[in-house]
Amino acid sequence: MAEEIRLMKGNEAIGEAAVRAGCAAYFGYPITPQNELTAYMARQMLAKGRTFIQAESEVAAINMVYGASSTGVRAMTSSSSPGISLKQEGISYLCGADLPAVIVNVARSGPGLGGISPSQGDYFQATRGGGHGDYYTIVLAPKGVQEAADLTYEAFSISEKWRVPVLILADGLIGQMMEGVVLPEPIDPGTLPRKDWAVGHAAEMHRPYNHVTSLNLVPDELEAANRARFERYDQIKKELVRYEEIDVEDADLVFVAYGTAARVCHGALEMARAAGMRVGLFRPITLWPFPSVRLSELAEQGKHFLSVEMSMGQMVEDVRLAANGKAPVYFYGRSGGNVPSQEEVFAEVKRLMGL
Amino acid sequence: MTEKTFMAGFGGQGIISLGQLWVYSAIKEGLKVTFFPFYGAEKRGGIARASVIVSSDEIKSPIVTSADSVVVMNQDSVQIAEKVCKEGGTIFVNSSLVKTDPARPDARIVHVPCNDIALRLGDVRIANMVMMGALSKVTGAVKLDKLESILTSFFSSNKRALISLNIAAVEEGKKAVS
Repeated sequence: MAEEIRLMKGNEAIGEAAVRAGCAAYFGYPITPQNELTAYMARQMLAKGRTFIQAESEVAAINMVYGASSTGVRAMTSSSSPGISLKQEGISYLCGADLPAVIVNVARSGPGLGGISPSQGDYFQATRGGGHGDYYTIVLAPKGVQEAADLTYEAFSISEKWRVPVLILADGLIGQMMEGVVLPEPIDPGTLPRKDWAVGHAAEMHRPYNHVTSLNLVPDELEAANRARFERYDQIKKELVRYEEIDVEDADLVFVAYGTAARVCHGALEMARAAGMRVGLFRPITLWPFPSVRLSELAEQGKHFLSVEMSMGQMVEDVRLAANGKAPVYFYGRSGGNVPSQEEVFAEVKRLMGL
Repeated sequence: MTEKTFMAGFGGQGIISLGQLWVYSAIKEGLKVTFFPFYGAEKRGGIARASVIVSSDEIKSPIVTSADSVVVMNQDSVQIAEKVCKEGGTIFVNSSLVKTDPARPDARIVHVPCNDIALRLGDVRIANMVMMGALSKVTGAVKLDKLESILTSFFSSNKRALISLNIAAVEEGKKAVS
């Protein structure tokens, strides 16, 4: 029998995928355009006897994630751009304590309170750590409802494997849009292995108590912890990089775009190909680690890049770093909650090609 | 096959339900779908619009900017229909409420008196289902032959009595354009 295809909003599919991944504790605070996710978790987590708390603020929610994660359970929070900004202190602490967590950003337009329409203006914040100190979080960028569910499901195990928080960077369109989705197999949180680093069960294992903290006042020790973490980051860069390529091989001009913008570029690609132009699409799925090595290879092959973003130009800086002067890198962006149409992206391609 | 539809009306006319049932039916008929709604904060009377795509292939951009078909449920939506309809596309007009045709001589205009038909059937709230029948008949993109089972899960148990009324509205919509 074929797997059941359900029609779901991105926000709900992310919630259901987290429940199925064995998320034991969700902490949130309402904000548009991710409210359906918090509402979904309120219904589903409580019905399953798991922990759901609508915290008094985003800051409280991320610190509850820290507490829950310290005990070794799968913990999660979600918000949208201004709320994610509020969580940055807690995310830095999670990274300093080497705690896993899944954080979902259904991004909206900014800066400030901005608007509630979709945006990719949080790329810098997501891929550069976002809070204080030397750290990164793993950043996964889904292009639609199915991938949002798949990546959320996987995010929990990725985060536990590396002991690095995973940020799902979606946007208001992916959160609000409905598509067909096939959901992954449910995992019972009770069957997940206990964590030997977690607080609370050291005595019965006849080991010293685990102390989960980001504080260390001895410079050499703190530096050693940072170095160990950065060695893990190097390993993550080797093992976790993901991207999708469409019609790149013979392309003269390659779109570089993620999430919703990549869908728009795929539409523009079809228009360009129909007009006989050799255009391709390179879609980073991991924004950190960024697929720099592959982009660098493509730059060596003489391809030109057009970074298309729902921002004033953020990922384009990583594309330029990867191209390292070997290939021209162009940028086209819309902001303020505007999603570019495939027609306007195609018009930009024609302009760049001198047509 | 890909059918990109832009649906527009005011809040309360069932634009969102229309789009959801359209794509839900399409999934059951084996198609890929995207449904992206946008509407005002008002419970009734604000704008209600949806970008709706059904396709036998993977759907690229979910934003409908060059629509194969446009559904216009109220007078205020005529202007947006004129803008979003592709060259030679089809515009479905709820002729009960829309008194001026979209100024698009290249497009095929299909008149469906949705509110009148719905009132004749006994409930103005099923005007959206009349339109869905017309959309199905003319575009052929979604057959709606599995609608009954979908409505069974769409309506809560105390509203099941409305299923036959909705099915009748779809049938009348089909008839209105044959």
